[in-house]
Amino acid sequence: MSEPRLVEVRRNVLKQNDVIARALREQFRATGVFVVSLVSSPGSGKTAFLEKTLTQMQPRYRVAALVGDLATENDATRLARSKAPVKQITTGTLCHLEAAMVQNALADWDLNKLDLLFIENVGNLVCPSSYDLGENLRLVLMSVTEGEDKPLKYPTIFNSADVAIITKNELAAAVEFDWESARKSIQSVRPGMQIFRLSAKTGEGMEEYFDFLSRQFAEQRAVAKI
Amino acid sequence: MHELSIAMSIVDAALEEAQRRGIQVSAVHLRLGALSGVVKDALLFSYEVACQDTPLQGSQLIVEDVPVIVFCLQCQKEQLLQSVQLFACPECGAPTMNVRQGKELEVFALEVKEEEVRR
Ligand SMILES: [Zn+2]
Repeated sequence: MSEPRLVEVRRNVLKQNDVIARALREQFRATGVFVVSLVSSPGSGKTAFLEKTLTQMQPRYRVAALVGDLATENDATRLARSKAPVKQITTGTLCHLEAAMVQNALADWDLNKLDLLFIENVGNLVCPSSYDLGENLRLVLMSVTEGEDKPLKYPTIFNSADVAIITKNELAAAVEFDWESARKSIQSVRPGMQIFRLSAKTGEGMEEYFDFLSRQFAEQRAVAKI
Repeated sequence: MHELSIAMSIVDAALEEAQRRGIQVSAVHLRLGALSGVVKDALLFSYEVACQDTPLQGSQLIVEDVPVIVFCLQCQKEQLLQSVQLFACPECGAPTMNVRQGKELEVFALEVKEEEVRR
């Protein structure tokens, strides 16, 4: 029997998403909006963290958020309390956001009137890693209650993110959170990753993170103007 | 699980390429990087579902695992990563994020149905 005939095609499966993500990134650059996406497990305290972020950054910056929710959730209502413009993207059964959904959600927004845009992905540490959303910065959140080895269980998402945020630090003592071991896990899957350890509840560690965001925003503005 | 939507994209891409070339496909060869974020077993299962009621029904998905290759600054060469849990050079131990390969999610080739080859 002869060998089956093979036809080489070499086609990137996520090309469509990548093309839209690239267009979004260019649009963000041109309008000077700095875009931060958040990925995490459900229950990592992501919504509380984002609510604090929106409230805190708002006096100084024009902020807004897109929130990816499964049909059963509704984080957008809660985030609306921050008074920042918030739009929900209902993903139905889809467990992640794709660039096209972000593009559709932004279609009637004037990005020139924004400084910072946050995109909260669906609570899931697997699927979002494959999809570029055109963001400038991807934050991965894990709470102290999730275990120090979380990064080793989900290396791909940690590897795809830029910054790690360890949340619910007010519970660290109660759950005997081993900070050094968590730090090692993160550095193992993503060497050089910057880590913030904070509590959205008590405010501990939040200032440092806000300063970081402000610096990142300023840097992007400086680059965009050149 | 996003493997079903990935599988559907694979089927779409394969069908489009097959149509353009006027061929019938018995198998789709996929290159799957260890950092692609796609779970192979879930993908294989989803592929069957995604093929239903398309010209690809009954075709096979053949997955080639693509390991991560990093560039080590210290050794000044490419190195094969032993595990995605440890981004360090296997030779000298230096941490590295300089990924050269491993994010692939690519329909690499199509296998043409045999009866057509004979014709
Ligand atoms: Zn080395």
